[in-house]
Amino acid sequence: MSTPKRVPLPAILLANDLLDGDVVFSTGDGWTRDPSEAVIAYDDPTADQLEAHAKAAFAAQQVVDAYLVDVALDAQGRPTPRHFRERFKTLGPSNRPDLGKQAAYR
Amino acid sequence: MPLLDRSGLKVETFARAENLDDAAGDIIVPWANVQAVLDAGAGNHRLGVDIPNNISIDEILPLADKLDLISVPFPSFADGRGFSLAKQLRDRGYRGVLRAQGKLITDQFAYALACGFDEVEPADEVFARQPIEQWLAALTRITNVYQRGYDGAANILDQRRAARAAKAAQGESKEASHV
Amino acid sequence: MYRYDEFDERFVRERVAQFRDQVARRLDGSLSDDEFKPLRLKNGVYLQLHAYMLRIAVPYGTLASRQLRQLALIADRYDRGYGHFTTRQNMQFNWPKLRDVPDILGLLADVEMHCIQTSGNCIRNVTADHFAGVAADELEDPRPTAELIRQWSSLHPEFSYLPRKFKIAVTGAEHDRAAVKVHDIGLRILKHPQTGEIGYEVIVGGGLGRTPLIGKVIREFLPKDELLAYLEAAMRVYNLEGRRDNKYKARVKILVHEIGVEEFRKRVEEEYAKLNGPSINADPAEVERIAAYFAPPTYDKLPGDSKAYVAQRAANTAFAQWADASVFKHRVPGYAALTISLKTIGEAPGDITSAQMRAVADLAEKYSFDELRVTHMQNVVLPHVKQSDLFAIWNALREAGLAEANVGLVTDIIACPGLDYCALATARSIPIAQAIAKRFQDQQRQRDIGPLGIKISGCINACGHHHVGNIGILGLEKNGVENYQITLGGDATENAAIGDRLGPGIDADEVPDAIERLVEVYLSQRLKDEPFIDTVRRVGVAPFKDAFLAKDSSKTQEAEHAAA
Repeated sequence: MSTPKRVPLPAILLANDLLDGDVVFSTGDGWTRDPSEAVIAYDDPTADQLEAHAKAAFAAQQVVDAYLVDVALDAQGRPTPRHFRERFKTLGPSNRPDLGKQAAYR
Repeated sequence: MPLLDRSGLKVETFARAENLDDAAGDIIVPWANVQAVLDAGAGNHRLGVDIPNNISIDEILPLADKLDLISVPFPSFADGRGFSLAKQLRDRGYRGVLRAQGKLITDQFAYALACGFDEVEPADEVFARQPIEQWLAALTRITNVYQRGYDGAANILDQRRAARAAKAAQGESKEASHV
Repeated sequence: MYRYDEFDERFVRERVAQFRDQVARRLDGSLSDDEFKPLRLKNGVYLQLHAYMLRIAVPYGTLASRQLRQLALIADRYDRGYGHFTTRQNMQFNWPKLRDVPDILGLLADVEMHCIQTSGNCIRNVTADHFAGVAADELEDPRPTAELIRQWSSLHPEFSYLPRKFKIAVTGAEHDRAAVKVHDIGLRILKHPQTGEIGYEVIVGGGLGRTPLIGKVIREFLPKDELLAYLEAAMRVYNLEGRRDNKYKARVKILVHEIGVEEFRKRVEEEYAKLNGPSINADPAEVERIAAYFAPPTYDKLPGDSKAYVAQRAANTAFAQWADASVFKHRVPGYAALTISLKTIGEAPGDITSAQMRAVADLAEKYSFDELRVTHMQNVVLPHVKQSDLFAIWNALREAGLAEANVGLVTDIIACPGLDYCALATARSIPIAQAIAKRFQDQQRQRDIGPLGIKISGCINACGHHHVGNIGILGLEKNGVENYQITLGGDATENAAIGDRLGPGIDADEVPDAIERLVEVYLSQRLKDEPFIDTVRRVGVAPFKDAFLAKDSSKTQEAEHAAA
């Protein structure tokens, strides 16, 4: 049996809040809108836990489109997605620095 | 699997079977077997068929007046071919029972009836989440449709036309009463 | 413009209540997420990169001032104070919450608006010529036809679960300003060559995206009163036979391409012959009822060229230059159709703030018989303004930051939202548009270059219509970095053409230089006032391709100099 390859670790898990649409990050047992508070999985068991949390939250009608995203850590130890598309999800529109998480959390 | 129509749940009177030998009463046979069953003669049994939803109307139509029931599958709620098949069957004279079977959701029930289906046999997994009350409630959501030629709610274009005619008649009778 | 009767009103109200119930059934688990997704898409609700996006229908691009004001209110109350006009004449909001959407739909219904079928595998917003009713080359206003199709296609019981989306456009003029040849069905209103009867040329299988194709005529003349029955036949063939095995091969253009237009026509005509037309078609009285709403306003009787306007032009060069770019000749003497550019240099193409929406609404109400239009080039039109009012309008637009004099010029760039917003995108498009606009912002230079349509898409789905841009830009990804392919020679008009790719993709910061090199070739090759697209057609792609690729040699020269 083949399973799809997991993204390289370390990784965070993000999703969209079902009712609001905001991008949210798993804290292991809850969700945060602040990317710097995302729990970082350095090993497979932690990544498994994040995915299990997301699966339960999806079944409970809380989030949609959850998936792991591989990250690098910045100087402050905050996770930054390595792919530019996922980075935009933690920031907001590049032409509107006044909108999105880049404005709310920086 | 449950069976329902615009009045609610109904009792299934057909059984699925490969051919007449396998069942005592009314049967639904697979498309591949239906010609053989027709050739052998259905006798007193009512005969239905499970057709594939990518069949051409030209294939099914020649047999239609010998069939009591045609069941059209919906392998996914996203696959709307069954709606067109039903419409074609009705437009070209089929008067037996039309059944929509499979993964339809309640929000498609009104469409199915409008296209000529009499009944729906939803997948168990769907019906477990969408009980009969939701199916019936779905029929009350949209009072009038725009399209002419579909069963069900009187369409808006015809209602407008009737209103115009009524208005014109009023106008005429007013004139007449003045003479 | 069309006004709802009791039936239309009840219909949208019921759809709002139905959607509210659909959300409730999603939340209580009755509907799975997979089942809910097409239901929310059929009400214009997308899930994008940062938030939901709500796409509001602007039927055939026509709006009244009170509707635009309501959009401004929704932008302020439920979004971030701005909206975006799309290449299908619709409005998008980028930050609504799903929990608020039923209330937003209620506010829209209050002004006879909706989000019905602006997404999903169904018939989408029917678009039309944004100069409908005012262009001198118009045979018949396409909007009554578009309105009839809008109603007929709404919550259609048979055609709501198609293999894929279905886009219809209508033109009623000699010059096609609705891009009908790149739609799933394009309708061209025309006169029968012998009888003079009005009817439609029916074009099928146009489209952009992964496999751009120009539509083909399947019916040269369809009598007007047979429209709905014929559409039913065509849609039925597509619904039954369109591919459902592969999302990227599911549009009707693929079906037409695979079985051939002759076979497709044959199947449609066979189905059509079996239909009972009179039981399907709209009766002439209904068609007239709809058409009456689009009767021309009561124009004043004015001289051909307003003396005041001529004098104001002579006295104010900036005004004259703005008018040259923005004014479209109206068929009624003394009037003008005015295009307001939503391509202010440095801003996101097609975006408009709530304050600007209110400003435009006021102008439409005061100067344009309370009517405005949205174009598929992401600008707004005031269709009936007096020439003598243009100066006052210009001043009001300047105050609102909406007086960019670039309509149709190189900085009037069409761009999809791209990776800054869209979950489907592979690259950003807005910053590319901004960079090009900044590079070419010099007004004199823009006028010198003349008409040049640049269109940018942030992914292969081509919502920016890059295939039919005179210069097209497609944003992809290469080696983990955004990468841009340039195409040349596209055309969205009656001379529809798909652009040719010039070479390998380039980096974002190389794009403005590349556009410069292409413009230089044009300027050196053009004859007199020949517009860009005509020069490309005349001299061919080769000289442009050479110039595009020449960046490597200039880079090599730089490197050699540095090494020396």
